[in-house]
Amino acid sequence: MSANLNTALPLEYQTEQNRMNILGFWIFLGAEIILFATLFATYSVLSTRFAGGPTQNDLFEIKGVMTETILLLTSSFTCGLAIYEMHRGNKKGLLTWMIITLLLGAGFVGLEINEFITYVHEGATMQTSAFLSSFFVLLGTHGLHVSMGIGWAVMVMIQIVKRGLTPVTARKAFIIGLYWHFLDVVWIFIFTFVYLKGMVS
Amino acid sequence: MGIKWDKFFITGDPLILGSQIAILLTMIGIVALVTYLKKWKWLWREWFTTVDHKRIGIMYILMGVLMFFRGGVDGLLMKAQTATADGKLLDAQHYNEVFTTHGVIMILFMAMPLLIGIMNVIIPLQIGARDVAFPQLNALSFWLTFSGAMLFNISFVIGGSPDAGWTAYFPLAGKEFTPGIGNNFYAVAIQIAGIGTLMTGINFIVTVLKMRVKGMTLMKMPMFTWTSFITSIIIVASFPILTVALALMTFDRIFGTHFFTLGGGGLDMMWVNLFWLWGHPEVYIVVLPAFGMFSEVISTFSRKMLFGYKSMVFSIVGIAFLSMLVWVHHFFTMGAGPAVNSIFSITTMMIAIPTGVKIFNWLFTMRKGRIQFTTAMLWALAFVPCFIIGGTTGVMLAMGAADYQYHNSLFLVAHFHYVLIPGVVFAVFAGLYYWWPKMFGHMLNEKLGKLHFWFFVIGFNMTFLPMFFLGLDGAVRRSYTYSAETGFGPLMLVSAIGAGILAIGFGFLCYNIYWSARYADRNISSDPWDARTLEWATASPAPFYNFAKLPEVKSLDAFWYMKKNNDGLELRENEIKEIHMPSNSGLPIIMAIVFGIAGFFLIFEWKIAALVAALGIIAGLIVRSFDYNDGFHVPVDEIKATEKAWRKVDKEVKDHVS
Amino acid sequence: MFKKNYLVPLAAILPVLLLSGCDMNMVVFDPQGPVAREILDLINWSLVFMLLVVVVVFGLFGYIVWKYRATSKNKDYEPPEEHGSTKLEIIWTFIPILIVIALTIPTIKTIYKLEKVPEGYENKKPITINVTSADWKWIFSYPEQGIETVNYVNIPADTPINFKLTSAGTMQSFWVPALGGQKYTMAKMETQMYLVADHPGEYIGRNTNFNGKGYAGMEFTVEAKSPQAFAKWVKDVKSKAPKLTEKSYINLLKPSNLGRETFSNTHLAWVNHADMNAKIYTFPELYRNHDYPGQIFKDPDNHTNEKTEGKSMDMNNMDMSGKSNGGEHSGH
Repeated sequence: MSANLNTALPLEYQTEQNRMNILGFWIFLGAEIILFATLFATYSVLSTRFAGGPTQNDLFEIKGVMTETILLLTSSFTCGLAIYEMHRGNKKGLLTWMIITLLLGAGFVGLEINEFITYVHEGATMQTSAFLSSFFVLLGTHGLHVSMGIGWAVMVMIQIVKRGLTPVTARKAFIIGLYWHFLDVVWIFIFTFVYLKGMVS
Repeated sequence: MGIKWDKFFITGDPLILGSQIAILLTMIGIVALVTYLKKWKWLWREWFTTVDHKRIGIMYILMGVLMFFRGGVDGLLMKAQTATADGKLLDAQHYNEVFTTHGVIMILFMAMPLLIGIMNVIIPLQIGARDVAFPQLNALSFWLTFSGAMLFNISFVIGGSPDAGWTAYFPLAGKEFTPGIGNNFYAVAIQIAGIGTLMTGINFIVTVLKMRVKGMTLMKMPMFTWTSFITSIIIVASFPILTVALALMTFDRIFGTHFFTLGGGGLDMMWVNLFWLWGHPEVYIVVLPAFGMFSEVISTFSRKMLFGYKSMVFSIVGIAFLSMLVWVHHFFTMGAGPAVNSIFSITTMMIAIPTGVKIFNWLFTMRKGRIQFTTAMLWALAFVPCFIIGGTTGVMLAMGAADYQYHNSLFLVAHFHYVLIPGVVFAVFAGLYYWWPKMFGHMLNEKLGKLHFWFFVIGFNMTFLPMFFLGLDGAVRRSYTYSAETGFGPLMLVSAIGAGILAIGFGFLCYNIYWSARYADRNISSDPWDARTLEWATASPAPFYNFAKLPEVKSLDAFWYMKKNNDGLELRENEIKEIHMPSNSGLPIIMAIVFGIAGFFLIFEWKIAALVAALGIIAGLIVRSFDYNDGFHVPVDEIKATEKAWRKVDKEVKDHVS
Repeated sequence: MFKKNYLVPLAAILPVLLLSGCDMNMVVFDPQGPVAREILDLINWSLVFMLLVVVVVFGLFGYIVWKYRATSKNKDYEPPEEHGSTKLEIIWTFIPILIVIALTIPTIKTIYKLEKVPEGYENKKPITINVTSADWKWIFSYPEQGIETVNYVNIPADTPINFKLTSAGTMQSFWVPALGGQKYTMAKMETQMYLVADHPGEYIGRNTNFNGKGYAGMEFTVEAKSPQAFAKWVKDVKSKAPKLTEKSYINLLKPSNLGRETFSNTHLAWVNHADMNAKIYTFPELYRNHDYPGQIFKDPDNHTNEKTEGKSMDMNNMDMSGKSNGGEHSGH
């Protein structure tokens, strides 16, 4: 369907198939919102059911969480820069900012794994209580999304290196950008409703 | 991990042993037959790897019919067991497994595939598209559904069937009360199929939004397209909830978490809420496309356009919206408090309003029409009174306080069968008889169809009407036995006999499919019913590219308008251009097999093996990411030849209904 | 074209069947107490409207299908194209709205009424009975009388009974259709309902929410006695019935179908399953089946010692195949 290019539009919107893919991805993100909303609802229902195990106050440490937050928020910004460079047709800029984004993302995942390991060493596993089950599953789902996103973005970057900036590769980069911003938004909710709320109460 | 081979196969029950042997023999038979006919390559090239929406749809339908058989056998076993007081056919455990699989299979692996199958075949044709938005994803959706269904179906011979009801209420469905792996099948197999369904939802939303032919505005879409579109939206809005609920169930059962468990602070009520947050919209996911099919069939065979098209659209949007706000009516008896119960009583009863509007619109579509009693139309006609019974009892159940006396009784069972069988199964039958020529190029036999109809409808009413009264007399659902003193015996027997008659009706459908495939007249018009929508504007069966020249829509019931005004029916040679089509791909089926294997390991709690298999899924995704196959172009000559063939024949045949 | 006509007899039969249902003494239509009567009034009110809907729609349906059927005579009849009729569509939107309103008001009234002591009994002091459902039996504790029964409950007639419902394990539903509607019983949760029996008599109660192998047998009897007979029965139980200990109570909770039992104390002394932090007693090993065994997770809350007790005690009258794996733990 590369037949009719509409060059007036940004690269990623130039073919009909691309437009459909991007719309489809938006709808997919809608489904993801409902998925995370359900997980948040589950967490908020179970977050006070400790079954004699540790509470939010016993576990959470603001410092690590702040670092994670800053890493992820910055990565969202650099991801935006990458897409900006893509729109300027600057392949090198796109790749550079993408790599920075992914390094920040990897840093986030590393810190999160480290945080989980600390909790488990303190005896707080996902089998301990309903609160911890919902905590680990909510954050784990987000972390898994970020990890998958990193792997996926690497694949897309390989394709950009190999094929240059075409409507297809631009669309792929654009979609991964959307995905990355979405995960960032989810994290803001986690940070607010899980960590901040947990430490205040 | 210490595999216990002695427990791998279910042993000790003659019924199950019989099935095991039958399954083995059937499988050997199929493999031998395909090998003997040297059809493996053909199967792989034409079907397993296809991305053609029509073929995928046909595979969905085939799967749905097979699952109807399996679920039907479950239903018959239940009816046979309860036909008399203190029945001895099944023991409690076996009965529990049977009604659990009956529910899951009928809803998720019969109703959904049949509806999605018909959607697949018809929607792109109705909107004048060449395929769905994401053909390869569509194939993946089908194979995931299939993979989930197969995984679920092997449970009764390998590993053990789920036995906590299709609702799988906790804590019963947790390891504390069902420590075997049976309910793991529920958690994992439905998950795999559910992912496929979610992808279908996304696919059809984009298809309808982006791929409508020139001139087809939203308010000129056929009603079936409208209902399927709204259904897709409900799918995207509700299936993620199921995904989460099942994932949490999997965590509870396989990784020892405490979401819904009795111990560790788990909350069983949360499962009930999550399940019905998905479960109630699910009812409308299956019922809405069915409403669309009835609309098409009634309008065609009354030779009139749909009465009140706009109010029909508003009704389905209204129903879709309300469907998200009524889930608590499934557990008024949980003691959530009078305010909650009152609110949900009101929202539930409100669904009667748009549904009533639809019923009257259908009736008034027929008014002043010329009603032809084809088999498809008979199903649509029988739907109205039967569904009215289901609907009115539904309103009765919606009244919170009264529900305290109906809940979990056979009254409830009768009600939802009166909604789902007329509302979904009748519709699917109507759709199959109506669209069969479009799928296969021949009609289903009308005489056999009428036998199918009468046996099925009479059997259905005989099976489920008595259940209303049994329920009001205190008979509860899911009970494998009852004593003679209860006095349930006679009506239970009537109900069981009815189920037998219903089964004979289904037998006629199967025979009809076989008979028609062998003997039916192939020389039929591309528009045998004198129909109104675009799917009839091309050959029967539709060529793989659907339309040589995309039609242009100027009115509702576009094809009817084209016929009346003789506008756009002719195809001039110079209008034919190359058509771009997507290539086949083996990746979807391979991915689905890997999904199935990973799921199987997870069900048996062989976690490392499951993890390794899951890497296979990621590998599949990577392969897909690097796949730059951009499809192929159909040359003009090929299109010309195909079009000439059917257009020439079409002039010679008359339509086959009169 | 006589074919569609089966629907007409069906339309005729349905109300007859429904009405005859009322005469058949179906338990829901034969209430034995004010709560069930209250619900029946609501049901009857709704039946009137529903029958109205059924009659109107069936009639209209039959008329239209008959009148506009295709015949050889009207072969050339070309139906008119009509898009709809705003007037008609408004009418059939508003009539259902009116029906829904007519049903909603009494529904909500009844929902609220059922939460309170039934009318006319406000001045009578209710008797509290704690209902605990377990797999697969009903345990009734009388905290005021200090007695406990299994699978039967005696109540004084003409007296409001305050049933406090909970469960020791799975989710169940407490239903005595002759006396009133049902409510779920859930562990670590208390639901509540009032029931009154008009006269002395015996009524069947049962679980309606599926909870495993012994579900079908989860019935109990409600015996309404005259206040004097009830007082005498309580006294007899106090003096004659054996005492329940925590150990024998744990045995009672094991999955089984039981006959009637009576005790002269209540288990509320050591556990009330309705408490949010109640001790739990679960016996996963006793639920083994013919399916492939899955991993069972140790629960620190669990107050049973299943390793020692699980094997030796066998009080089930159910066939429990696969129970022989009792001790075979694959815990983590």
